[in-house]
This record gives sequence, C-alpha cells and structure tokens, in this order.
Amino acid sequence: MKIKSLADLRSIKAEVQGKIKLREQGENAENIVQIKVAMATCGIAAGAKGVMNFILEEADFKGIDVVVTQTGCMGYCYAEPTIEVILPQKDPVVFGFVTKEKAREIINEYIIKGEMVDGMIPVSYKTVDE
Amino acid sequence: MADYKMHILVCGGTGCRASQAEQIVDDLKTELKNNNLQNEVKVVTTGCFGFCEKGPVIKVVPDNTFYTQVTPVDVKDIVNEHIIKGRPLKRLLYVNPKNDYKVTSTANIDFYKKQVRIALRNCGFINPENIEEFIARDGYASLGKVLSEMTPEQAIKIIKDSGLRGRGGGGFPTGLKWEITSKSVSDQKYVVCNADEGDPGAFMDRSILEGDPHSVIEAMAICGYCIGADKGLVYIRAEYPLAIKRLRVAIDQAREYGLLGNDILSSGFNFDLELRYGAGAFVCGEETALIHSMEGLRGEPTFKPPFPSVSGYLGKPTNVNNVETFANVPVIISKGAEWFSSIGSEKSKGTKVFALAGKVNNVGLIEVPMGTTLREVIYDIGGGIRNGKKFKAVQTGGPSGGCLTVKHLDTPIDYDNLIAAGSMMGSGGMIVLDEDDCMVSIARFYLEFTLDESCGKCTPCRIGNKRLHEILTRITEGNGTMVDLERLRMLSNTIKDTALCGLGQTSPNPVLSTLDNFYDEYVAHVKDHKCPAGQCKSMMSYLIDAESCTGCTLCSRNCPVGAISGEKKMPHYINQSICIKCGICHEKCKFKAISII
Repeated sequence: MKIKSLADLRSIKAEVQGKIKLREQGENAENIVQIKVAMATCGIAAGAKGVMNFILEEADFKGIDVVVTQTGCMGYCYAEPTIEVILPQKDPVVFGFVTKEKAREIINEYIIKGEMVDGMIPVSYKTVDE
Repeated sequence: MADYKMHILVCGGTGCRASQAEQIVDDLKTELKNNNLQNEVKVVTTGCFGFCEKGPVIKVVPDNTFYTQVTPVDVKDIVNEHIIKGRPLKRLLYVNPKNDYKVTSTANIDFYKKQVRIALRNCGFINPENIEEFIARDGYASLGKVLSEMTPEQAIKIIKDSGLRGRGGGGFPTGLKWEITSKSVSDQKYVVCNADEGDPGAFMDRSILEGDPHSVIEAMAICGYCIGADKGLVYIRAEYPLAIKRLRVAIDQAREYGLLGNDILSSGFNFDLELRYGAGAFVCGEETALIHSMEGLRGEPTFKPPFPSVSGYLGKPTNVNNVETFANVPVIISKGAEWFSSIGSEKSKGTKVFALAGKVNNVGLIEVPMGTTLREVIYDIGGGIRNGKKFKAVQTGGPSGGCLTVKHLDTPIDYDNLIAAGSMMGSGGMIVLDEDDCMVSIARFYLEFTLDESCGKCTPCRIGNKRLHEILTRITEGNGTMVDLERLRMLSNTIKDTALCGLGQTSPNPVLSTLDNFYDEYVAHVKDHKCPAGQCKSMMSYLIDAESCTGCTLCSRNCPVGAISGEKKMPHYINQSICIKCGICHEKCKFKAISII
C-alpha cells in the first residue's frame, strides 16, 4: 500500500486511528465520560456482559467518547447489572438494574443531556486511590 | 472482526525482555484464547515504559492499570481476575515507597507525574513494529506538512526558532547546524543519525530506537529535505540488536508505504536510509570519528574545521544529529516553535531524557523539562536514595562529565548550568552515588573507561590519561602524596587544553570535578591513609571488638576465606593476612562488634 499524497496519509490516519483510540482515551480518561460495569460473578450472571457490549455499540452509534471499563463487585448484588457513570468533573453516579433499554436511556438522558434518570443508587462508598 | 475492548500493553524494551517479557506476551495470548477473549482483548508489545526498575511492566487500558514485576506465573491471574472479573490484581500493583499505598493508575505514580514526554511520546504507547499505529499518532504528518507547505528555509527557521539543541551532549543549536549544511554547495549531501550511544549507564537512544523508530526516520527525512540530501545513514552500534531489528522493520515498512524512496508523497523529494554498524568504540560517537568509521577507515577523530557540515562523509557535506535530537523534530514541526520554546529554561528549550541509574529507588528512563532541579529528579521521580542512605553526588555526562553534590541539588538542570557546576549534560546518563561510594575510586573508574576507549592517536589522551590513572591508583592504594594531588590537577588541565578531540578534552573532567567537590576525601586518602567511604580495600582493615563479640560464630561461618577463628562464646579474631576485606562479617554481625578502621 503506497501512500502517494498527504491526503492519502490523512485518510490512512483516519482509518487506523481506531487502533489506538482506546489507549488515547485511557490516557485522558478524566476528561471524558467513564462508565464502569460491575463484572463480578453476580453481574455476569445478570447479563452485564451483554449490557457492556450494548453500551459500547450505542456510544459508538451516537458518536460520544466514552471509556468503558470492567470493575469488580460494587456490592449492589441485588440490583445487578450495575454501572457507574462518571461525567467529567462530576461525582460518580451508580445505576442499578441496567438492562439494554435502561442503558439506552442512561446514555440519551444522563450522558448526553445531563438529566437524571430513575434507577440511581445512592453512592455509599468512596474509592480510595491516593 | 475483532472488536477490542481492552488493550494489554507489554513493555518490549531490552530490560523487560531480559526478564521474560516475550514469554509473558505469548502466555497472555494463549490464556486469552483459552477464555475465548482473543477478539476482545488485544496484546500489544511496545517500547520502553521507562520504569525499568520494576520490569517487566504491563499496562492495561483503558483503565490504565499498571502492573510491575510481572512474571509468566502471574498471567493466569491477570486474565482471570482483571480481564474477566474486572478486579485489579492487588499484589502486582505498584507500591508507593513513601506511604506503602498501592497505586493502580499510572496517573498517580510519582515516577510519571513530573515527567513531560516529547521524545519518548510514543515509547510504551505504540507497537514499534507497526507503522499504522505510528501514523495513527500523527506519524509522518510532519513530513507531509514540510513537503507540501514549506520551503527548506521555512522548516529550518522553525527548528531554529524552537531553540532545539543537540541532545548528544554538546548542545549545539540544531537549526543552525541544518542551516550551515543546507548552505554548503555540493552535488551530494548526507543526513547521519548518531546512534553510537556509549556512556556507561546511558540507554535513552536505544530506547527511542526500540520504542519509536519511525519518529527518527521521519525526522531524518525532514532534515534531508531541509539540507538538500537524498540519503541518510544511521550509525548504530552492533551491540544493540533489538534496536537494529526494529529499525530495519521500520525502514522496510516506510519503504512499503512510500514514505521512504522516490517522489515521497508526490512532492518530487527522494530520500532513503541505510544502516551502518559500529563495533562499539566510544570515540566513534565523536562525529568525525563516526564518519571515518562509516567510510571504512579507522574510527579516529580528525581536527575540526573542516566541520562535517562542510566536508563530512566521503568529503560531502554531512549533517550529524543524535537520535534524541531527531525524535524531537516531528513534534516541533507539528506543534510549532513557540510551543517547544515555551517548555524548558531560558537557554535550553524542551525536555531531556535521562537514564537514571545507581543508588536510587526508581531506576529507569525519564524525560523532564529542562530546568527541572536535581532534587526533583532524584527524590520525586527517582523516589530517593536506596535503603535510606545519604545522598552524596550525582554523576552526569558520563566519562566526559563530572559530579554534582548536595549543594547543586537545587540547580535547574540545563546545558549551561551543568557546565557552570563543573559537569555537563552529556547524552543524559545520570548515576546517583550515596555515602558508601568513594569519589577517588569513581574518578578512577571513569579514567579506566577512557583509557580503554582512547584511540591512541594524540599523546595527551593516550599517555596523559594513563598517568592520571596511575596517580589515582596510587592514591586509592594509600601510597599517594600531597604533590600527587597537584600533579593530578596540572596534568588534567594540560590534557584538557591539548587533546585532539572531545573525548580527550573532557576525559579529565571526572578527576577535576571530584577534586573540586571532594578535596577532603582525596586528602583523607593521602594524609590519613583512610577511605572515608570504606571502599578502598588496601587502606582498611576489619577488627573485632573483643568486648562486644559474643562468640556467636556467625562471622566465621560466613567468611569466604576462613580468616576468622575463635571458640564458641569466646571473642573471635580476624587474621589480617588472610582477610580479603569483603565486608561480609561486618554485614552479618548482629552485635556491631566488627568495625572498619
């Protein structure tokens, strides 16, 4: 594959950008939306994996930058699947019983418009990380 | 189609490879496959992360979890715990030595906090053997910009305005060098990359070539366009097999993509690269010696002028720059001279990569803005001195540099300040010494190195250094006199003034700077026949204090030469004629009964 012009170079760049997007987002995580999906045994059993995949697809479809990571049990086993959403410079918000429909609602209402949606779980802990 | 949700970045630098990083990559891939995750999690081998102390290191993104000292045994747990269940594996996390907290993210590790990565921007981030990942990071865009939007003069002006200076140690303004070479009239010119890194303890050039070879290739092409050269040569030592391999892969890929060769990006500009291997002689880092070595001649320096920019390789104008210098160029072109010159100190712009080594907690490769103080580098990034010992000095500039002491700790590091303090930037080796290091022995060590590496062409270097070494040896053996100290200084100054090339002119620096900063230690060796650091063996002996000795026999059981005798529960005794002064007894004794005198 020969690159014959600057335009060629740019289009290849756009094409391969996705390869390292994940890493660039990781470096810059505090400035973009972060979603943590609880993926302990209880979460997985309740379908967290499908929800995680759905969130990734939906975010991609809506064209919003999100970092989706897995995390361990958050302790809300009664409300699985649970996800934690951190908007830039905002406190984390945890949602319980997140089905695909709920996930779509969270993305459309909370992440895009910043409006609260039902199903929020009051955060009962703080993450200790120096 | 693979749709990766996670990347596992594994350091593939020489250091981490030496501790089984390749095995870890293979095991990770197998383990992911066993769990049917090969299409969700991608394993990427990258260049050096810099945190060599804690290698092999692994970073999981996008959650940025940083694992240190990973072994192949840990692979299963990483996949089961972190990848499948989302729980960071606590036992592999970095522990902050200051408060024993475990730190998950690189953003919270002190080692990385104060660093600004320009030359190392892609090291530990992209796969160096994949040109597409480099292009995704705006690779070759600067070359495209220069070729399509700028005249050579305009591009040179940007480099000049940025204030970039040669990172090989000399600190000559890069833009000026380019300008001089561009003005030399000739049918053929050359761009040369000096990758003959030879300072003891320095490995920044190797790490750049291993971690981001394309950035050097791109910069060489930009330089070629600026000075009017269509041919580039990389002079690299054969002792860097991994760097050579990655550079070869990168050159082949660049050719395949049409980024090297004829009519690059339809601009009519032709440029191609070749590698030349050095046999690892220190003097070949000197540009005239390097050029002779490339020509197939003996690697000996010749007098300047003529400078290589007028008459270099095969008598043609040649622009020689160091690896790290080149690695800065594409970023300067893309972000502009103003951006670059806003970083750093007044006369030294940008950042500098240092190889931090010696008695410091976090050994590794770091990049800091010029003007950062030694204290920040040693205590904040380096995590302080090992085993809670006292800081004594830091050696910078390798065999051409000198020692900086406690009083220099708050000196901002840049070219001019280091020279004013009696040392030099050099290529960026930084060896931290603690209270147990004898400064006379350190000076002698560096002299030994220069003695080995001197090409022998000029008398001051060949014979002068030999004499210096003899005097230093005499002092460390306890046979020195006060006259020797004066001779050291006089001879050093003579060599400095009369040697032919940079190697000889700077070789007495370690002697002079230790004389200046640690004169007391020299005097102690000569007058009191004592080595304050307890390193010079011929001047000391170990003695057991009969009153404190409990006769536990621990020392005699550990003595490798059987020099210690004594009955159980009775004071022991060291036979001085057998003792080799290894210090093991001193270390083992639980009652502090053994003293050094």
